[in-house]
Amino acid sequence: MSALTKETSPVPAPRPVDKVPARSGERRGEGVVLNAFSHGFLAVWALLIVLPLLWLVLSSFKTDAQIGASAFGWPQHWSLDVFTRAWDKGIGDYFLNTVIVLVFSVPLTMLFGSMAAYVLARYQFWGNRLLYYFFVAGAMFPVFLALVPLFFMVKRLDMLNTYQGLILVYVAYSLPFTVFFMHAFFRTLPTAVFEAAILDGASHSRTFFQVMLPMAKPGLLSVGIFNTLGQWNQFILPTVLMQPQSGDDPERYVLTQGLIQLQQQQGYATDLPVLFAGVTIAMVPMLVVYLSFQRQVQAGLTSATLK
Amino acid sequence: MRKGQYRFVAGFLLVPVALYLIFVIWPYLQTFGYSLTDWKGQSQTFKFVGLDNYKALFKDDIFTEAIWHNILFLVFIPVITILLALFFAFMLNAGGRSKAGGVRGVAGSKFYKVVYFFPQVLSLAILAVLFGAVYRSDTGGMLNGVLLKLGLIDADSPVEWLNEPNFVLWALIAVVVWHGVGFYLVLFSAAMQSIPRDIYEAALIDGAGRAQSFFRITLPLLWDSVQTAWVYLGIAAMDMFILVSTMTSGEFGGGPDHHSEVMATVMMRNFLYYGKSGYACAMGVVMLLLTLILSVVMLRATRRERIEF
Repeated sequence: MSALTKETSPVPAPRPVDKVPARSGERRGEGVVLNAFSHGFLAVWALLIVLPLLWLVLSSFKTDAQIGASAFGWPQHWSLDVFTRAWDKGIGDYFLNTVIVLVFSVPLTMLFGSMAAYVLARYQFWGNRLLYYFFVAGAMFPVFLALVPLFFMVKRLDMLNTYQGLILVYVAYSLPFTVFFMHAFFRTLPTAVFEAAILDGASHSRTFFQVMLPMAKPGLLSVGIFNTLGQWNQFILPTVLMQPQSGDDPERYVLTQGLIQLQQQQGYATDLPVLFAGVTIAMVPMLVVYLSFQRQVQAGLTSATLK
Repeated sequence: MRKGQYRFVAGFLLVPVALYLIFVIWPYLQTFGYSLTDWKGQSQTFKFVGLDNYKALFKDDIFTEAIWHNILFLVFIPVITILLALFFAFMLNAGGRSKAGGVRGVAGSKFYKVVYFFPQVLSLAILAVLFGAVYRSDTGGMLNGVLLKLGLIDADSPVEWLNEPNFVLWALIAVVVWHGVGFYLVLFSAAMQSIPRDIYEAALIDGAGRAQSFFRITLPLLWDSVQTAWVYLGIAAMDMFILVSTMTSGEFGGGPDHHSEVMATVMMRNFLYYGKSGYACAMGVVMLLLTLILSVVMLRATRRERIEF
């Protein structure tokens, strides 16, 4: 980035001297108008992104009557009460459920994904290529294609509405991209280090865990963030797999599912501030992750499309 | 050594492959089988009905209407998103002109990128709630509120964005575009930054304006990324389940009166609400086929000679 915005080297101008001032003056005039024009557009779009989000956060401080009456206007009192109310009304549970699932599913995804990618990238054996394509192909099919049988598969394993069921499904559906990305990453690591470790008498698995995996940290971070965001935001899989199976089966909704549930309950009992506060609570961790790992997030998410 | 290596390879592959087979590959394959049965899901008994589900599918008015809605999304979502993303990416990367006569990004381009990309990290569930509030049918909605302030609508007759057959699909398209532009902007930006500066500068010396350098240099060199974006947005347009099912009225969305129905919502309703598992599987297969055809057609239609630089 810095290299690109740097002042470029002076343009060699082997053209008649008398023509240069006129041309560059004309260009500068055009540049000013266009600069204002492009800044205008850019600023408008930035506002279109930011304002609805701020408006929603602001609305969570208002009362239900205020929200219904007018789109604008400041909250009467700024109390954080609504956030505790939202937390007690289920957002807390949904949040915890999501965290419980992700605490297991993301590390397991990274572990199994790297293991498979590593073996496929660095060992030669019969069927290697085939297995690699077999993994990567999974990313091309819509999840809808698997949905109905997946439901009955998880049911047969008696794992509907359980954390372990959702964790395993998340891991399985995150494998294609993780294997794809880590495969490419392990290929770039130097062979010399690997050979040195083997010569020093390290076993294959020890070489992986103590030598290769630490070297792959930047890749792990990118994919890890990608998987965290993807699994945190997942909606279709929990909607199908995390419904209470009987009257005494407790709700184990994840955050996205819970928010939609809250939204749909609005028809019966309106408490919009709670819904908006819930959205705010769900947004904050994403904002924090995004702003602190901004570069990796952008790199991780856009590289997902570059296969 | 050799034997130990094979044991190691097998040991490392065992769990990932098993998980992947059980939860991903096997269900995918089963879908094809179930789509040929009259399975209702509750009992384990079902009988083979051949292609009956598929025949019924194309007589199902709701499903065929849903296909047309998907096609509308397919046309407008990629076009609008890509055009906006290209425009912004070009402005950010080559919009500014430095005093020395070089080409560079406008001031603050980093800030814009951070802001524009942010919607991408929000879940679609959050988007559904957010835009549910923006599109509220009374004057408490943000959009109606703004229009009211501008004097474009009457306080007594606000627009019911999501309940108006003429508006509902466009309201949904706007959400997807809002969500997607930042992502594709970053994608295109990365590609633009790999275009050597001297090409632009050579064009500048030859007297090319901004529009010319965009159409003659940037766009041709960016074609691969545009193509990728097209396919991905196309796949997203074939899905649309989360937004439609949560923002529009009806069980699994699709309202008003099936005017916003998409294939995925019809499928989920048949599966989880009516319990017609076999029929839903057939819809899954049709969705897959349409998506595959779409990807192939788009890659073919947009194929250009690759330009090396």
